[in-house]
Amino acid sequence: MAHQDTMNETPAATTLTGAPPTDGWYGMVEDWASDRQAFRNVPWGKAMMWLFLLSDTFIFGCFLTSYMTVRMSTTVPWPNPSEVFALTIGGAHIPLILIAIMTFILISSSGTMAMAVNFAYRRDRARTTALMLATAALGATFVGMQAFEWTKLIVDEGVRPWANPFGAAQFGSTFFMITGFHGFHVTVGVIYLSVVALKVLRGDYERRGNYQIVEIAGLYWHFVDLVWVFIFAFFYLW
Amino acid sequence: MEQVTGQQHPIGTYLKVWGLLFVLSTFSYMVDYFHVQGFARWFLIILFMLLKAGLIVAVFMHMQWERLALRCAILIPPVALLVLVGLMTLEADYTLLTRILFFAS
Repeated sequence: MAHQDTMNETPAATTLTGAPPTDGWYGMVEDWASDRQAFRNVPWGKAMMWLFLLSDTFIFGCFLTSYMTVRMSTTVPWPNPSEVFALTIGGAHIPLILIAIMTFILISSSGTMAMAVNFAYRRDRARTTALMLATAALGATFVGMQAFEWTKLIVDEGVRPWANPFGAAQFGSTFFMITGFHGFHVTVGVIYLSVVALKVLRGDYERRGNYQIVEIAGLYWHFVDLVWVFIFAFFYLW
Repeated sequence: MEQVTGQQHPIGTYLKVWGLLFVLSTFSYMVDYFHVQGFARWFLIILFMLLKAGLIVAVFMHMQWERLALRCAILIPPVALLVLVGLMTLEADYTLLTRILFFAS
């Protein structure tokens, strides 16, 4: 009994006694303590994606914490992001408008992705592909706007990682590091989603009868949106 | 292959959360637009941030429908970041004090 081969356990298997799994705290203790697979009903791909996202949380956590540290410890006033990222549209000076639009675009892409996962489990390949490609397109738009923002800051305003005309020098280094790393994640996500979308359309997952990969790709995409929520709050609004 | 049906929830749930996220984002933008300052600004920014993050993780990432074992394994470790934030706050205060003492002219 103790050497039961865990590899052959099906995810939905009941407990050793044959009783259905318990929920809540007792269920958690049983899951961790019964010498078997800890995450019931969770495919390995999904568990591993969650662990990757957890490690990524720490990377972005370190970036944001170091940003906090340099911002708290500088004696030079911090530039006002509200003004730095303002745009003049049609003669009206609107603070932070570009970042607000980028936020709405990324949230919309999360919405389309959530629905793509839903249609994938219903095996609606056409809708899944369309929604995933829409998600990728919104992500690409986000990266495009970020490129516009970077160009404006570097070329027009003269912001550099070591200096900028607005105030504390650390503004540039933290800005490029944090938004650059996030933009990189979005770019990778756009490629990842496009590949999975095309595989859905081609019917790869239909043959296997398993659409988990769409949900796993979706987890990555929602995480990118999640990180932006924190960057938006701490870097742009604070 | 075991038949895994995966996460199945009504589309309406996602649309409602999507709408809520739009409203919350608008609110957090309004905080900046109307120049709310001081404690109210920090409080509102963090409140809207946590609400948005919670909705994304709970509904879009399906965390509220996962078993407690997975939820704990993923959601508890990031709390350690608060320790880092605490330590770095002390460090930043110390650095600022040193800079004021020795570099202010």
